[in-house]
Amino acid sequence: MKISEQWLRTWVDPDISTDEMVEQLTMAGLEVDATEAAAGEFTDVVVARVESVEKHPDADKLSVCQVSDGSETLQIVCGAANVRAGLSVALARVGAVLPGDFKIKPAKLRGVASAGMLCSEKELGLAEQSDGIMELPADAPVGTNLRDYLELDDTIIEIDLTPNRGDCLSVAGIARELGTLNQCDVNEEVHEPYKQAIKDTFEVTIEAPEACSHYAGRVIQNVDVSAPTPVWMIERLRRSGIRSLGAVVDITNYVMIELGQPMHAFDLEQLDACINVRYASDAEQITLLDGKVLELDTGTLVIADNRRPLALAGIMGGENSGVSEQTRSIFLESAYFAQETIAGKARGYGLHTDSSHRFERGVDPQLQVLAIDRATELMLEICGGEVGPVTEVTTASHPGDRQPIDLRHERIRRVLGIELEEEEVVDILKRLGMEVKSFKDHWMVKPPSFRFDIEIEADLLEELVRIHGYNNIPRTQPHYQAGMRELSESRQPLARLRQSLVERGYFEAITYSFVDPKWQAVLDPEREAVKLANPLSSEMSVMRTTIWPGLLQAVRHNLNRQQSRVRLFETGQVFLQADTGLQQVDRISGAISGAINDEQWAENSRAVDFYDIKADVESLFGAEAVIEYRAETHPALHPGQSAAVYKHGDAIGWLGALHPRVLSALDLSQTVYIFELDLDTVRQSHLPSFRPLSRFPEVRRDLAILIDENISAQSIQDCIRDSSSEILQEVRLFDIYTGKGVDKGLKSVAFGLILQDFSRTLTDQDIDSEVESVVNALNQSFAATLRE
Amino acid sequence: MDLQALTARAQTEIEAADNLDALDQIRVAYLGKKGELTALLKTLGKLPAEERKSAGQDINRAKQEVQQAIDVRKGSLQQAALEAKLAAERIDVTLPGRGQSCAGLHPVTRTMQRIEDLFSQLGFAIEQGPEIEDDYHNFEALNIPAHHPARAMHDTFYFDATTLLRTHTSPVQVRHMETDKPPLRIIAPGRVYRCDSDLTHTPMFHQVEGLLVDRNVSFSDLMGTLADFLRHFFEDENLQTRFRPSYFPFTEPSSEVDIQCVMCGGGGCRVCGHTGWLEILGCGMVHPNVFKSVGIDNEEYTGYAFGMGVERLAMLRYGVNDLRLFFENDLKFLQQFA
Repeated sequence: MKISEQWLRTWVDPDISTDEMVEQLTMAGLEVDATEAAAGEFTDVVVARVESVEKHPDADKLSVCQVSDGSETLQIVCGAANVRAGLSVALARVGAVLPGDFKIKPAKLRGVASAGMLCSEKELGLAEQSDGIMELPADAPVGTNLRDYLELDDTIIEIDLTPNRGDCLSVAGIARELGTLNQCDVNEEVHEPYKQAIKDTFEVTIEAPEACSHYAGRVIQNVDVSAPTPVWMIERLRRSGIRSLGAVVDITNYVMIELGQPMHAFDLEQLDACINVRYASDAEQITLLDGKVLELDTGTLVIADNRRPLALAGIMGGENSGVSEQTRSIFLESAYFAQETIAGKARGYGLHTDSSHRFERGVDPQLQVLAIDRATELMLEICGGEVGPVTEVTTASHPGDRQPIDLRHERIRRVLGIELEEEEVVDILKRLGMEVKSFKDHWMVKPPSFRFDIEIEADLLEELVRIHGYNNIPRTQPHYQAGMRELSESRQPLARLRQSLVERGYFEAITYSFVDPKWQAVLDPEREAVKLANPLSSEMSVMRTTIWPGLLQAVRHNLNRQQSRVRLFETGQVFLQADTGLQQVDRISGAISGAINDEQWAENSRAVDFYDIKADVESLFGAEAVIEYRAETHPALHPGQSAAVYKHGDAIGWLGALHPRVLSALDLSQTVYIFELDLDTVRQSHLPSFRPLSRFPEVRRDLAILIDENISAQSIQDCIRDSSSEILQEVRLFDIYTGKGVDKGLKSVAFGLILQDFSRTLTDQDIDSEVESVVNALNQSFAATLRE
Repeated sequence: MDLQALTARAQTEIEAADNLDALDQIRVAYLGKKGELTALLKTLGKLPAEERKSAGQDINRAKQEVQQAIDVRKGSLQQAALEAKLAAERIDVTLPGRGQSCAGLHPVTRTMQRIEDLFSQLGFAIEQGPEIEDDYHNFEALNIPAHHPARAMHDTFYFDATTLLRTHTSPVQVRHMETDKPPLRIIAPGRVYRCDSDLTHTPMFHQVEGLLVDRNVSFSDLMGTLADFLRHFFEDENLQTRFRPSYFPFTEPSSEVDIQCVMCGGGGCRVCGHTGWLEILGCGMVHPNVFKSVGIDNEEYTGYAFGMGVERLAMLRYGVNDLRLFFENDLKFLQQFA
């Protein structure tokens, strides 16, 4: 909310500077976002009157004007379309300086001399945009300095109010806060009740008593809607960011900013029979002030007459019932709508108005009649007319007398951690306009009607510390019982896994959890991804079921930026739809591409391959984990270079080369190897368990066999394990060879058997028989033969 | 043969030996089984008995002298050989080391880790929660009923009427209070989402939520903890902090915390909007309605909660000036945090 400091100071005038006021408001929780001057810096601009206008002899769009500044008549060339004889204008005379250090000098425009410039609002820093020159009221005193006339030496204070402080959405509200903080009086203006000139009323019925619990209306006849809005009101409204739209609307806006009560003025002659506050019928239509047609739902409150809805209650008026140039009589509305009724409604229709903003946050339930009287006073002053009595309808659900809130002294210490003396507590509460009754160790506190946000003891505690000053309380450390928490040794910390990859040259990436459905479909085609109902863009519209889309996008980003070697990993949640509902699972995922090492002098480089990324995957598991890599196919992976990863028989992830089709679909320029594993399973390690060491020597026997090239290393290992006794400690596979000397279709596999017994030294016979049973088993299972 | 002349000749040859092999040949020639000095010893028997003793002593002394000369020469030849070997093995130690280079963590992770480490010292446990949340945990249970104006500020991504991407890490507090009994001390780092994207907003970012519930926890404790945290996080003992009243539906009293601008030291600059202060986190005492929704007795327990934006802390800590860089994952950026 923007308000004029000048206006504010007519309500409360503490002896503090603008900066101090800003600091004070901010530190009281009414955060000042910005301050700006009410006008640009300019000098020597005066009120002047255009006496005559002639067309410029040599320029179509220019006029040659004779302009009086009160002491002399000056010839001014002006390009604005709205310049005309009799108009009061803002004249920058020769010697004036306009915002941006623009100096006005005598000039010739297309051969005609001009002794100054007629200014627009924009040129004076009064508006962002303006159409033509500024038009001042006809009675503006010629010769007066414009800054004095419009009282422009003012600061606009923009306050970013939190949603709980609806009471501060007005000059009166901010003034009350400043009064409390500075312990000074607030000049609440007293308005005389009106002597009704006429008896005219208009019937009001409320069919939705919960939603609208109080409605005040008043008929004013014979209103001159063409009367100009006084310049002081236009200026105050402008400084609150509100454009002047004619006197009647300006007055209702003015009262809203001044007191915080949104109001509406209807053209009485357009209303049929009565005002009815009701919920809209299904699909009922309304045309709003701005011409927009809405189709309403039954949860929307409307102000209607006998025939049709006239306004969206508390949000915006309708097109055909508002004040127009033909209006002669008006019906003023000042109503109280329940927060819950208005909240979210405007947004639901894509609207946000000053009125809905206030009703959503709450309006003082006792304010309606005061506001209608204030508006009436201004209406009579500006537009004239004859005033009828206030029609007031109040329903049973209207917030009435507040129930006192119990405030316990002990809670001040416990919740706030400070000791406040009884006198200070009472003083603060009273300054906030609360009624306080003191008892032993507690108080009964009744907040004023405008502090509808204060309902419970905690609200009062907050007020106490807010006014006492957050930064006036000591900063302490909590006292709590020391105690250790569970710390599982068999669960690897995530930090260790990350560090392991970092040490293997992987940078950590963080990519968006919502991804492009095209990438998602290429990388995980068999799974339906969860879709966002309101994505920012289609490229970020589905929740990832694998980390690969984001990670590969990051790989591509770097490959496209002269990085030929990329190693990235990421950990995070993926989102899987399962029969049992949505599953959110943590994964760890990596991608590598390019050379094995950074370019260097010492070793021959080579491109990374499957076994490089496999080693990275292996590094994540504890040494004891039983991990199996099975040659299985995945739609995104190269069918001959992909493995499903199993732990204790459970599938926990994948690794492999990206399928060439995927590479081209994702526009990746070089081969990429990727992995992804279930993070929780990877982290699940186990507690080391000691086995006694053998004191007897170990023996190694190396064997080379010829075997069908399609038999996997895992199968060979398994066969060896199954066929050997407990003296086989380890199998070390140390060479794979195909080519010259080995028949086509076969491969030579060499491995070392490490043999050791726990209770004795092995004899040659033990060893020979062990080797023999291994060789026999390999022969029987795979027709493998010893290589001579 | 004259013993003295023999010794002198041996010593000359020893001096002249320029490698260990030559030296060993000299040793064999004089002191070996068939060496000249050894041969002299064998002639002692031919001498008269009274001369034998002194002649034997002379020969042995000569042998010792020769042996000593050989040892000395051997030492110096070995030394020279070692030096030559070492000289030949000289390498350029300024060439880079071989093999895999170490990479680094993402600056957001690095920052979260630091926050976790600091709060771990105070006994806070680390908790996680789902990123696809329900309306109840993200809003309702946090005292933000439907249509509360605070919801408009959250720019929520929805899946359907009641399922959404969490807009803050605060639902983790609720989930933790639902399952665990006080006293509670947790922090919850993680991803959060808002439907907003411009120069200073990304649709996904990170927060760390903190919650402490115990029998005697007060607002002044909250202020003390956070001021202490910020001093330690920025490693600045004199870092000034100020607490400003604010509003979050799930805490009361609520506060924004500002730190003295770490860019200008409080003098005023572009980063702090010339105020000298930077808004850094939000906090407050757990609202009674939140305690009510999770069934904790607010008469027995009080609690505080706080939440901070990780990217903002990382930007200030490392001087990063563009939020969007965090999610481009450009290696040139990531390498700076290795």
